[in-house]
Amino acid sequence: MLELENVSAGYGSIAALHGISLRVEKGSIVTLVGANGAGKSSTLRTVSGLLKARSGRVLFCGEDITNWPAHRLVGRGLAHVPEGRMIFANLTVLENLKMGAYLRRDGAGIAADLEFVLETFPRLRERRSQQAGTLSGGEQQMLAIGRALMSKPRLLMLDEPSLGIAPLLVKTIFEKIVQVNRELDLTVLLVEQNAHLALEVSHFGYVLETGRILMADRSESLRSNPAVQAAYLGA
Amino acid sequence: MNEFLQQLINGLSLGAVYALIALGYTMVYGVLRFINFAHGDVFMVGAFAGMYFGRWLKPHLVGWPEWLFAGLILLLVMVACAALGGLVERLAYKPLREKPRLTVLITAIGVSLLLEYTGQLIFGAAPRGFPSLLTSAPIAGLGGLHVSNIQMIVLGVTAALLMCLHYIVMRTRMGLAMRALSLNPTAASLMGVNNSVVISFTFGLGSALAGAGAVFYASLYQAIDPFMGVLPGMKAFVAAVLGGIGSLPGAMVGGLILGVIETLVVGYSQVLGVPPGYRDAVAFVILILILLFKPSGLFGKTLKEKV
Repeated sequence: MLELENVSAGYGSIAALHGISLRVEKGSIVTLVGANGAGKSSTLRTVSGLLKARSGRVLFCGEDITNWPAHRLVGRGLAHVPEGRMIFANLTVLENLKMGAYLRRDGAGIAADLEFVLETFPRLRERRSQQAGTLSGGEQQMLAIGRALMSKPRLLMLDEPSLGIAPLLVKTIFEKIVQVNRELDLTVLLVEQNAHLALEVSHFGYVLETGRILMADRSESLRSNPAVQAAYLGA
Repeated sequence: MNEFLQQLINGLSLGAVYALIALGYTMVYGVLRFINFAHGDVFMVGAFAGMYFGRWLKPHLVGWPEWLFAGLILLLVMVACAALGGLVERLAYKPLREKPRLTVLITAIGVSLLLEYTGQLIFGAAPRGFPSLLTSAPIAGLGGLHVSNIQMIVLGVTAALLMCLHYIVMRTRMGLAMRALSLNPTAASLMGVNNSVVISFTFGLGSALAGAGAVFYASLYQAIDPFMGVLPGMKAFVAAVLGGIGSLPGAMVGGLILGVIETLVVGYSQVLGVPPGYRDAVAFVILILILLFKPSGLFGKTLKEKV
């Protein structure tokens, strides 16, 4: 579904990615783990067009999407839940969800997906008329994911969904991620600092360090890999 | 009492014009976070466009009822201003999208001067008479009040335009995109919003309102010149700051308040001991007071995203 070939990118004179190559198979959950500054977020940002690739290619569903502007990719079925959630604080919960379906014209489909999102995250239904900025961190994360689902994506990219969220809600959110992956057959690319959690829910994992891929393996194998355990799982 | 009501009505019709211009400042600030100092000059071009449209079309539309003709001129001016605003954005501001805000601000001042002096070159420096689109007549039966039909029409049409604007911003897809973009441009683009299109639309919308303001202003005061946009532009900017920059209701209320205060200060100049010649200073005294005591303005609010 998604393929990166030797992608490099950076901010100004600072290089963030040095030739990243990875694959995300349809229907799977793939995770990128690694320390702060390893290039996980930059990888997602390069895929979704927020960061320019300096070299290499990004292929999505067989199409070369390298350096497409972000807004064009949404229509192709790519949804990116960015780091820090970036919900629209002064819009209501419902308006935020409506923004997720911004490019869609199928009224009935939108209504059905809205129902699905509100069913999946009942908290959002309770607070649907509230300004999104008044939600708790965990609720905002649910809103950000729900908003991304409203675009009816083929690939959902999540950047640090557990960041700054109460542990109990983190568990709920990860259950929901697994649920949408199964129920909607939605492919997920997950960036997560909490490697423990990420390798538990995912099928395949990449370990990043300073903008390079250090290891790539099935998540179970990574979990039992002594080097990964020592560096990322605190074993 | 009559005197006060008289001043109030005069002030509201002037304030309506300020409000219409102020909305353009505040909307552009909302999406791009900069003050488009050329906005007052788009207003000026609107007044001249109204004059020329009026002159050119009058002989061709002889049989038309007056109100319909005036409405057509208003509409044409709004379209012309929208096009000019969009053009200025495309040519002057869009290439600077990634540059520091100060660069864009200085460019705006440059565009302002360009429009003013191009106006002087084309239209001449002397004030010109604006054709009366509607026959001015006092409204009878108001006791001692002198209210012209034009004042009431200005207030009525402004109210209608504000309702249209409210509908566009709060109820349409484009309006939702405008609000989303003003809150977080990156997130808006991740929703599929083409930010360039929304920004152009915002400039067009704000400029169209300034065009309407120009037709009203010129109809009320009847003389237009290439620098007529400077003071109303500055005052409308003060009105936008007074209401809280970035807030649409703020710009509307700020404009009306400013128009009323300005008119009252002139009307009661003897009582207040302020010479009427200080009328233009009123807005700037207000600006200083807001900046000292409530920089966020009347409706300004900041709801921070939780991190």
